[in-house]
Amino acid sequence: MSRTLIIGATSAIAEATQRLLAARGDALYLVGRNEQMLAEIAADLTVRGCPRIAAEALDANDLSGHEAMLERAEGFLGAIDIALIAYGTLPDQKRCESSVELTVRELHTNAISVVALLTRLANRMEQRRAGTIAVISSVAGDRGRGSNYVYGSAKALVTIFLSGLRQRLRPCGVAVLTIKPGFVDTPMTAAFRKGVLWAKPDRIAHSIVRALEGRRTTVYLPWFWRPIMFVIRALPESLFLRLPL
Amino acid sequence: MVSQSVSSWGNLIRSSYVLYGLRSRYDGFPAIPVGSTILPHGNGRSYGDSCLNPGGALLLTRSLDRFIAFDRDAGVITCEAGVLLADILRLTVPSGWFLAVVPGTSAVTVGGAIANDVHGKNHHRAGTFGRHVRQFELLRSDGRRLTCSPETNADWFGATIGGLGLTGLITYAQLQLRRIPGAGMGLEVIRFANLDEFFRLSEVSDQDFEYTVAWVDCLSRGKSLGRGLFERANHSASPMKHPKLRMRHVAVPFTAPFSLVNTATLRLFNFLYYHRPGATGRRRESFQSFFFPLDSVANWNRLYGPRGFYQYQCVIPGQSGPQMTARLLEKIARSGQGSFLAVLKQFGSLTSPGMLSFPRCGVTLALDFPNRGARIERLFRELDEIVAVAGGRLYPAKDARMPGELFRDTYLRWGEFERYVDPIFSSGFWRRVTQGEVVRNGGAPAAERA
Repeated sequence: MSRTLIIGATSAIAEATQRLLAARGDALYLVGRNEQMLAEIAADLTVRGCPRIAAEALDANDLSGHEAMLERAEGFLGAIDIALIAYGTLPDQKRCESSVELTVRELHTNAISVVALLTRLANRMEQRRAGTIAVISSVAGDRGRGSNYVYGSAKALVTIFLSGLRQRLRPCGVAVLTIKPGFVDTPMTAAFRKGVLWAKPDRIAHSIVRALEGRRTTVYLPWFWRPIMFVIRALPESLFLRLPL
Repeated sequence: MVSQSVSSWGNLIRSSYVLYGLRSRYDGFPAIPVGSTILPHGNGRSYGDSCLNPGGALLLTRSLDRFIAFDRDAGVITCEAGVLLADILRLTVPSGWFLAVVPGTSAVTVGGAIANDVHGKNHHRAGTFGRHVRQFELLRSDGRRLTCSPETNADWFGATIGGLGLTGLITYAQLQLRRIPGAGMGLEVIRFANLDEFFRLSEVSDQDFEYTVAWVDCLSRGKSLGRGLFERANHSASPMKHPKLRMRHVAVPFTAPFSLVNTATLRLFNFLYYHRPGATGRRRESFQSFFFPLDSVANWNRLYGPRGFYQYQCVIPGQSGPQMTARLLEKIARSGQGSFLAVLKQFGSLTSPGMLSFPRCGVTLALDFPNRGARIERLFRELDEIVAVAGGRLYPAKDARMPGELFRDTYLRWGEFERYVDPIFSSGFWRRVTQGEVVRNGGAPAAERA
């Protein structure tokens, strides 16, 4: 039973995770862009057993709003035991290639705003000398692919930032969890044809909760992405660049 | 737009669909190409083509799976239409509330349960699922939202219950639950030697037992025609000795290369199942294993092989029930077809609220049949004839082949119902029974008179 802040609470993976947290009795503070949907989700989680819940609408790209939001979240929860950052967009790679503006905006959403939040969260938790920070990064951040490198590079930045943060915060007992899902069947990926590698948000959510409980550092979800990405990372660049990925 | 291959529980018609979904019940109705049709699709547990729309689009409803409110004092639950009955029970059983009516699987959505006006082993006491729906919202393709209840928009309420998803999208529903003393079931199983005994048992049991149903050996003939095992049960007052009696979950990992259900396996299974020691007597079970025995075997439909299977479920009303059931069972036994899933149940006289609801006072017989092409269709035609003569009818949720004429002659309100069908909604079933369209596996729809 933790006091948990979720930023990006309307994402499918976040929503599935929140249901498990609600059922185990976590107090929840939900942050997302869509106020209407936050209200629907909060009502659902209350029925599912969440003892205390509040929500607020915020666009994470509005960096100036972060501090006040964290203040309110901490005020409501008492303290933040777990902070889960779960938002993200899947950029249209082709359109990014012809638009600097769009590329920069996508990097801002998927990397810069996350880094801004992490910096503030880390300092708060460092002071309390307790807490867990969990972030949904992606297997796409393990290596840049021609079809998806704007998204991939944003996630790579987040992954590297987290690994550094983990080292820094280890002595003061703050845990940092990097979550790397593979293909997940969510509204973000609605336009893709689904195959055997695809997982449902519910399955990912169960693994996230288990990883939080086990104080893991980096998890690939589902597990089979770890060996797959090991191979992908190990391929020599001369070979990798010929692959139609 | 992405298209995906979808089939229903019977695995008879697999085709590719453009899929739409809603993230919120407040979302507007999705725009689909002019001239195309769409059909809400929940968890795909209907057996035939009533949840499919070959050549058109599907509107997936599983994403509408949020609870809205649960009144623990009044036993009223409000939730979105894509919530599974299993999710509701997981939430409400610990508080002493149960769904008023449950079908044979808990893996169906609330929307699907309404659209097929499903029934259960307590039909003689509680009637159909639709009788316990307090209200729901219907979203039409033109964006109109209708709140429907027995008092408000009562005609839409009656059209949508049992309306096979054709009247619009159910976004959320409010259901009246019933009190239970605990999560257990007090169950008694009695072996019966023939059909007469079944009807006698049914009559005496329906007064003292809320749930009654029988398994029949569909291969037995002559003096033991219609022999089987009669189950009668009530929710149990005392808590179970081991409340953590979780069912073991297994899965059929892939579709069998051919149907594992054939005359040889069936004869052996039925003989052993009927005679197995310890089958009869009183015992206590979890509600899951009593109501949803097959939910513990994921994808059991794959046992029937790549050609899939049919379920034939009919109801025979009135006095001729025993005699007509005997004729049906005789035909089936003589054919040597059928499967171990053969169920007999006496429906009660409570009226169903839907214009196209299937249940009516009488006896219902349900059997699975592996798909054997023309051979099985010949048997079905013979059974149809008996059903029609008896004034009975077939259950659309289970059906993939009934002739349009049989539907139109036995669902007399279908013409009245048609006025409530959304202009861009359609289904394989609906086109088949009203226009005679026939769809073969994987193929495009072809217009044929049935």
